[in-house]
Amino acid sequence: MKKVIEASTAVALGVKLCEPGVIPMYPITPQTHIVERLADYINDGLLSSEMIHVESEHSAISAALGAEAMGVRTFTATASQGLALMHEILFVVAGMRLPVVMAVANRALSAPINIWNDHQDSISERDSGWIQLYVESAQEALDTIIQAYKIAENRKVLLPVMVCLDGFTLSHVYEPVDILKQEDVNKFLPQYNPLFKLDPKKPITMGPIGFPNTYMEFRKQTHDTMLDSINIIKDVNNQFKESFNRSYGNGLIETYKIEDANYAIAAMGTACSTTRVVVDELRKQGKKVGLIKIKSFRPFPKQEIISCCKNIKGIAVIDRNISLGNEGALYTELRSAFYNQNKKPIIKGFIAGLGGRDITPDHIKTAFKKIENSSDTEWLL
Amino acid sequence: MKKPKITVGAVIEEPGSTIKNKTGGWRSFRPVRDKKKCTKCGLCWQFCPDNAINENFDVNYDYCKGCGICANICPFKAIKMVKEEK
Repeated sequence: MKKVIEASTAVALGVKLCEPGVIPMYPITPQTHIVERLADYINDGLLSSEMIHVESEHSAISAALGAEAMGVRTFTATASQGLALMHEILFVVAGMRLPVVMAVANRALSAPINIWNDHQDSISERDSGWIQLYVESAQEALDTIIQAYKIAENRKVLLPVMVCLDGFTLSHVYEPVDILKQEDVNKFLPQYNPLFKLDPKKPITMGPIGFPNTYMEFRKQTHDTMLDSINIIKDVNNQFKESFNRSYGNGLIETYKIEDANYAIAAMGTACSTTRVVVDELRKQGKKVGLIKIKSFRPFPKQEIISCCKNIKGIAVIDRNISLGNEGALYTELRSAFYNQNKKPIIKGFIAGLGGRDITPDHIKTAFKKIENSSDTEWLL
Repeated sequence: MKKPKITVGAVIEEPGSTIKNKTGGWRSFRPVRDKKKCTKCGLCWQFCPDNAINENFDVNYDYCKGCGICANICPFKAIKMVKEEK
């Protein structure tokens, strides 16, 4: 059934279809519509989740941790300063291997205070051990929430997943969305069966101290699992395609007109939709250019990116974030991925769309021109 | 120290690991109780964060980390923190 709905509603409907037992929530712009819709569903008797109204995002993620430790499927959502306040507990959730799913309506970080979109909030949590999936449309947001639970709760993964959607630019946009049927989702996503849980009948210790003789082994185990999750993310994307006849590239990256391209634009989130339009325009002018949309930022799909760039001479990387004092995060990752390859494309980084500034077709065209005309030696005439 | 099992999420499946893990070696000051001053009010027993004071208000030095909360809380100054010497 297709309906024209807001992307925040699409996220909420995706969550409703997964029927989490506990939803700790604290409102923050531009995420609030997601939890408001979930509160509506509970109030209207359409969803039987326990909603916990907490006093901060630090408490929201802590309550999600506690509920998940009891073996209950949980959901929460946040953005910007809220995600920053969760920082401490994000690492604990990942280290304790609790498959919480959280939506992040990407928003800039203060100061100056700014409620609009960029990716600085979730990029700053890059190293927390959460899988990060960036979506481009309301449909992808709904579908990715359902996939996120299937990835997170897989016994070979057991890692939390952030589903990142551009604040306002996507979260408040209305689009036609195909809403999946409950019985089909139930077939796709089995009931959550935790590997371990807190149970007075069989006591265990969770979250103990890791002394110097074990801490590194635990960290390596989580890292190895994150790398292995690459295959699970691909599998889940394929299974989703089989069940619902829809998929998003290979689940990690999605390409557009890249097969015969000489140049590529790499981006995340809604900037990819703008780039698709620009690619079509440039193709009409005879330019062989394509798009690489990075959906999974963590784990970072190095091999997948390298193998789709065999004939690529140059990549323009659009970053909606900036690591102050160095460069955009996606640019750093992409260049590092190619460093040990014999054949490397020229890669240039472009910072765009911070704090809600639009990324326009002209921006993408400028980035393309700079990568197309770039050479090792330039004449200063 | 025996290397513990590397379980998923560092979960310890068997209860009782806190008893096995003696922490008295962390201490640099030990609490010493003057039985003449002690009225057995029980505040030290209540406040000890490590359950290292028993119902007779004796300190279990296998687990006492020497934090000094008992000495600080004692209204009769019956507990002194004495430097540990090798």
